[in-house]
Amino acid sequence: MKNLRLIARLDIKGPNLVKGVQLEGLRKLGDPNVFAKKYYEAGIDEILYIDIVASLYERNSLFEIVRRTTQDVFIPITAGGGLRSIDDVRKMLRAGADKVAINTAALKRPDLISEISNTFGSQCMVLSIQAKKVSSGQWECYYDNGREHTERDVVEWAQQGAALGAGEILLTSVDREGTAKGFDIELVNAVSNSVAIPVIAGGGMGKLEDMNQVVTEGCADAVAMAHVLHYGKLTVGNISKEAVQKGFRIGRDFSHEA
Amino acid sequence: MRHKVTVVDYGVGNLLSVCRALTHNGADVITTEDPEKILEAERLVLPGVGAYADAMNGLRVRNLVGAIQQYAQTGRPFLGICLGMQMMLDNSEEFGSHEGLGLIPGSVIKISATDIDEKPHKVPHIGWNTLKQPAGRDATYWQDTLLRGLQTDASVYFVHSFTALPSVQEHRLADTYYGGRLISAVIHRDNLYGCQFHPEKSGPIGLKIIENFLCL
Repeated sequence: MKNLRLIARLDIKGPNLVKGVQLEGLRKLGDPNVFAKKYYEAGIDEILYIDIVASLYERNSLFEIVRRTTQDVFIPITAGGGLRSIDDVRKMLRAGADKVAINTAALKRPDLISEISNTFGSQCMVLSIQAKKVSSGQWECYYDNGREHTERDVVEWAQQGAALGAGEILLTSVDREGTAKGFDIELVNAVSNSVAIPVIAGGGMGKLEDMNQVVTEGCADAVAMAHVLHYGKLTVGNISKEAVQKGFRIGRDFSHEA
Repeated sequence: MRHKVTVVDYGVGNLLSVCRALTHNGADVITTEDPEKILEAERLVLPGVGAYADAMNGLRVRNLVGAIQQYAQTGRPFLGICLGMQMMLDNSEEFGSHEGLGLIPGSVIKISATDIDEKPHKVPHIGWNTLKQPAGRDATYWQDTLLRGLQTDASVYFVHSFTALPSVQEHRLADTYYGGRLISAVIHRDNLYGCQFHPEKSGPIGLKIIENFLCL
């Protein structure tokens, strides 16, 4: 039976949960802690916070949000955005995160992946990749929310990241992000089949069928959802039910929870 | 009565979530790197995330190895979590060979890179997986233990690349299966318990395990 993790992605700007389209045009949606708690209580498997302005302005408000989350959310928390050193990572883990997602700093200095992995274990080093399609079967790595390009090939970078010690890959399609038009299946499949570490597919979930497709055809190990949850288009309950019906084994099984 | 819990702080990993899960269950929590406080503890928790050698080294440089070993002889409750569980064993082969705390006989080995059909599968083992009684045991095996009140197949959150292999069968309290291969999920010896998964990250089931620990 195929395992599947359901992850709620919360993009943060300052103290607010925000959501844009293709990582641009942000709207404020409210207090991220309120949303995180709601998703936890509804049965989401993990929470993912990304501070989407931190790496632009070199500041980070995420530590306090993560710290508050641990008061009433008892599931894994991944946090990223603007983390650039071992000290930043240590501080984030101390604030209550279980894993960190690293994009820009790893692109600029790939050895950071090994340093984090060796210091804290590969399981907490999530390599975040923002992928933009160049041509059929080819994608380029971006950073700063899809604004800056690198000329680095996504599949090659994923393989290099895994070899350097990343424990998971958070793969976001810049083209599909916030569009609710479905995942870039070809992208997810290409990366998932080229690395031996779990791949979290993100960017584009709009309906239940999108999830099934990215798991069965894209071979995703986990799905990161933002838009559909924040705007209430789908609930964690709907999504979990669908996953179980399709024969996926999802994380938290409610039949055993008191 | 509020239970007092001492959490060992040795410079690695995520103490906050463990502490929050304990306080959520009504415990008074202190974190310490003082060997004296460890010896005085009513209940001791050894968390852990990261690399085995670094973690053991973190204990050694703070002179905590002897204190933890001595505490373990008192019969008072002890809970090792994730790497903290793995350190309860004699040794680990994670990036070389490293001596552990030796509280439970056995060693720590890398999770097989292939599943039971010899097909490659993904390591680390990350995600939710289900707790089962070891082969030949039924639900009564969990009575009066850390897993009191849990049903077979309760889901908890794992994240690890290495796995504990206790040499004494009776020291296995719960197993899980990854790619069809057996993984020790909970080990125990008297009042010493170790969870490979993270109870503090395992939702209401994890909180129930923490509550059980406070009632041991």
